[in-house]
Amino acid sequence: MDRLQQLYREVILEHSRRPRNFRRLHAPARCADGINQLCGDRLRLCVNGDGARIDEAAFEGAGCAISIASASLLTEAVAGRTCDDALALADRLEQALSGTAPEDLGALEALCGVRAFPTRIRCATLAWRALRAALHGETRPVSTERAPNTPDTRTWTKTSHDVRPDQ
Amino acid sequence: MSATPEQFAATGTLDVEALRAEFPALHQEINGHPLIYLDSAASAQRPAVVIDAIADYYRHDHANVHRGVHTLSDRATRAFEAARERVAGFINAAATHEVIWTRGTTEAINLVAQSHLRPRIGPGDEILVTWMEHHSNIVPWQLVCEQTGARLVAAPVTDAGEIDMAAFERLLGPQTRLVAVNHVSNALGTINPVARIVELAHAHDAPVLVDGAQAAPHLQVDVQALGCDFYAFSGHKVFGPTGIGVLWGRETLLDAMPPWHGGGEMIREVSFDGSTWNELPFKFEAGTPHIAGAVGLAAALEWLEHQDRTALAAHEADLLAHATHTLSEFEGLRIVGTAPHKASVVSFVFNDIHAHDIGTILDHEGVAIRTGHHCTMPLLRHYGLAATARASFSVYNTRAEIDRLAAALAKALTLFR
Repeated sequence: MDRLQQLYREVILEHSRRPRNFRRLHAPARCADGINQLCGDRLRLCVNGDGARIDEAAFEGAGCAISIASASLLTEAVAGRTCDDALALADRLEQALSGTAPEDLGALEALCGVRAFPTRIRCATLAWRALRAALHGETRPVSTERAPNTPDTRTWTKTSHDVRPDQ
Repeated sequence: MSATPEQFAATGTLDVEALRAEFPALHQEINGHPLIYLDSAASAQRPAVVIDAIADYYRHDHANVHRGVHTLSDRATRAFEAARERVAGFINAAATHEVIWTRGTTEAINLVAQSHLRPRIGPGDEILVTWMEHHSNIVPWQLVCEQTGARLVAAPVTDAGEIDMAAFERLLGPQTRLVAVNHVSNALGTINPVARIVELAHAHDAPVLVDGAQAAPHLQVDVQALGCDFYAFSGHKVFGPTGIGVLWGRETLLDAMPPWHGGGEMIREVSFDGSTWNELPFKFEAGTPHIAGAVGLAAALEWLEHQDRTALAAHEADLLAHATHTLSEFEGLRIVGTAPHKASVVSFVFNDIHAHDIGTILDHEGVAIRTGHHCTMPLLRHYGLAATARASFSVYNTRAEIDRLAAALAKALTLFR
């Protein structure tokens, strides 16, 4: 497989054509917008849960095959995980994509072809940045240019940042 | 289109291969393929004479300009001021001291916004732009609006990518204090009717700033014939260095403007009771300027002026026609910007493949295009798009390269469909 085929693996193309959980979640879901500065693409990622565990995740928006596939894979990967666990997975993914950690990512390993395309790494991390923001109750859209958040608490409360429709 | 690609090819007298040989950066492999550089609207490549002029300047002639009595300072000053004269000739300015050095088009527009416009406007006043402006010709005006309470108004663009001139005319009025418009659209390629825009704006006593960043490499710019009041362009899009650009302004307007940046060079006399300003153009050139940039830009303009510019224009028109024809054959591809009067820029989208995926696959084949919003987010939003793929052609591109672009696109489609 050449570099390009590594990037656009069948599983990536399949998720980009038929993204999973491509829908809006309504309140009291936690949502955050992620903006890819490279292209202006914008995703909204939402999670439902009890504050400690994610029951379901979904997303909306437009983007390239990599960002859509990554968001789609995310929604499957984090459902049922605790918030801590989901955030740790986001960390591991970002580390794997930047080549600073071994791959141990299950289905998410399909995203690792992006490592050979440094300009496209932020496409793969866009949804994960939004996930972090949603779990931390960030109200500003997160950009792929900013360093990932490293807050001291890894739970969210239902009182902050409810979904605002059509924001 | 007024002529078929075949007709253009028949009339072309340009030796493109000889011209390409002058551009060192074009002769390399990218990802195992010969580079096909189709991103000149973002930044052109430089001929060797420009690179050599910069190197020679630093090797032999560098010193700080003005006020030096030693030989090198004199040489540097002469080269720097000769470059200004070269620019004045290139755009047919009435006087050399109407040419102000800036870092680029963006800084030139900011200079006009802050120095010319800001002191003159307030609530109730309007600045008129169009939907197809680059962010550089939007945001500086927004800053002035925030500072003064004036309002930014934008004239709409038609589906084909032309300024809706009827709407533009309706938006003009006594409240319009400045019109700022691009000469050639970077995202669409449209060549705008600047002379007509100037005529309409002047009927309302509104001065006109023209963003000429995309026009300078393609058109023969004559600021006096256009009738505009300010004209801005960048060195790096016209085969010169980055970090150097030009603001041309009418002397009467420039004279009435206060300095923008304070520092050395821009003063006549300084005391703690106050300072007096230097004359044009130095009033707007605080600090040690980008001397090598000016020298390099002059070399680029000299190079361009020594070409048969009619043949260059015919060649670019042929490339545009060939690319438009070739890309139109692709199923699901839409060209964004189909004005009859265009520079050699083709923006396009596929209905099912994102521009960035196209860009990555093309790069893998050695083909460099630009993908994204091209710093024209309001325009793309109008077309319901977040990003397009843009192939932009310069004098050193060839029909064969456009065919390679098409082959690379076909490969992308195979992968995705």
